[in-house]
Amino acid sequence: MPDKQEKLEAFENIDIEIPLILEAIYQKYGYDFRKYSRSHIKRRFIHRMAINNIESISHMQDKVLRSKDFFIELLEDLSINVTEMFRDPEFYASFRENVVPNLKTYPFIKIWHAGCSTGEEVYSFAILLREEGILDRCQIYATDFNRKVLEVAKQGIYATRDIELFERNYTKSGGKSKLSDFYTMKYGSIKLDQSLVKKVVFADHNLVTDSVFAEVNLIICRNVLIYFNRDLQNKVINLFHESLSSSGHLCLGSKESLKFTNKEYCFSDVDEKQKIYKKSLAKPCIKH
Amino acid sequence: MYKALVIGTSFGGLEALKAIIPLLPKDFPLAVIAVLHIGDNQNDSFIRYLNDISQLEIKEAEEKEAIYPGKVYFAPPNYHLLIEGDETVTLSTESKVHHSRPSIDVLFETAAWCYRDQLIGLVLSGLNQDGAYGLLQIKELGGICIVEDPDNAIARIMPSAAHKIAKPQFIIPLHQIADKIITLINTQS
Ligand SMILES: C[S@@+](CC[C@H](N)C(=O)[O-])C[C@H]1O[C@@H](n2cnc3c(N)ncnc32)[C@H](O)[C@@H]1O
Repeated sequence: MPDKQEKLEAFENIDIEIPLILEAIYQKYGYDFRKYSRSHIKRRFIHRMAINNIESISHMQDKVLRSKDFFIELLEDLSINVTEMFRDPEFYASFRENVVPNLKTYPFIKIWHAGCSTGEEVYSFAILLREEGILDRCQIYATDFNRKVLEVAKQGIYATRDIELFERNYTKSGGKSKLSDFYTMKYGSIKLDQSLVKKVVFADHNLVTDSVFAEVNLIICRNVLIYFNRDLQNKVINLFHESLSSSGHLCLGSKESLKFTNKEYCFSDVDEKQKIYKKSLAKPCIKH
Repeated sequence: MYKALVIGTSFGGLEALKAIIPLLPKDFPLAVIAVLHIGDNQNDSFIRYLNDISQLEIKEAEEKEAIYPGKVYFAPPNYHLLIEGDETVTLSTESKVHHSRPSIDVLFETAAWCYRDQLIGLVLSGLNQDGAYGLLQIKELGGICIVEDPDNAIARIMPSAAHKIAKPQFIIPLHQIADKIITLINTQS
């Protein structure tokens, strides 16, 4: 069966072609996906090939080198933007209980949402911080390497289809009033109260290729590191460690962890299950 | 030498798994990686339950963990489970596939890339088509495919879709599947 042989051949080639196209993208556009999870990248590329009817990754490489628009399309494919308000409500509940009392002792609080996607997480935190009476003391940076999602984040307009989920999450997270107090409904969309993000700076920042953003007291980076390989996770955790003030907090996604990273011992657990960590004072931090 | 067994199932899945996993011997030489659709519920209780009645260690797969033979890994609810080329786990929150996250197709496809002809894929009872294309990918890359006989399955949609699309080497009733897997392993060249 020549067909079967051909398929196998094409399959074998993919593993050769992927590092090449990633290198090409990096050289041409400066976006570095070389240390992202390979199986994730491979799935997204194969998906794109099927949709655009592209014969091989090599053809796709040719296309991406010639067309910035196509690069933007690939960037969309590779940056998974799925998010929601008060995602993992237990995490927010724990944050309220275990981190907020500490934040309240600060006269001024700097917060960095890294990989904020379309902003649902930023608005969720702003609501929580306002309810706790400290939003006005916060300077918030919300960054992502995908400019398109940052535009959405700035607007704070979301489809109503998710509203029930958001409401449910908000209530489970220990929300103190009604989520509807914080948005208005219009033309099948909701618009979040813009006073929530008065002091938010939305900015383009690439965790892989850009350096320390600012010194902050709290970093929230959820569901971003899972797309990176171990090596890259280490690199980004180091970046966070550098960016955090002493005793600053770090919040990761539910399935992400400092376990097995080389900074594992530079943080202490605030809530191990909800992946809330605190930078240790001890310096240098060593394995015990 | 087979290295891994991947299993996909949804409605009727726990019943089906109960008829297979407890029958795998303590020295089972393959890693078992499974997706059971259970909506937004937590995995804890059925994992504990299966652990109690099985000889193999059963756990929820953790991000970046290495996959070992003789262990059973379940995808966590709400995350896709992908297998990397170096036999480690990647979790992903990307959109649902066939209305499912975790999706069987995602697991099967990436497992096929990693294990190729050293893989056995198994589709059991279920109510949607998830898993059928993943199983086809396993077959195309030289793996062995087994599908529960839809006529005896609690829910037939998933096994019959897998049957139609992947044309598996074996379509057998649930109670024969564990034996079949063990025989395949014992008689491999
Ligand atoms: C799944 S979303 C997570 C959104 C939100 N934090 C949450 O947990 O719901 C992942 C985000 O990380 C961003 N991202 C991926 N790689 C990045 C990088 N190298 N630098 C900055 N952002 C990145 C993507 O664009 C995407 O918006």
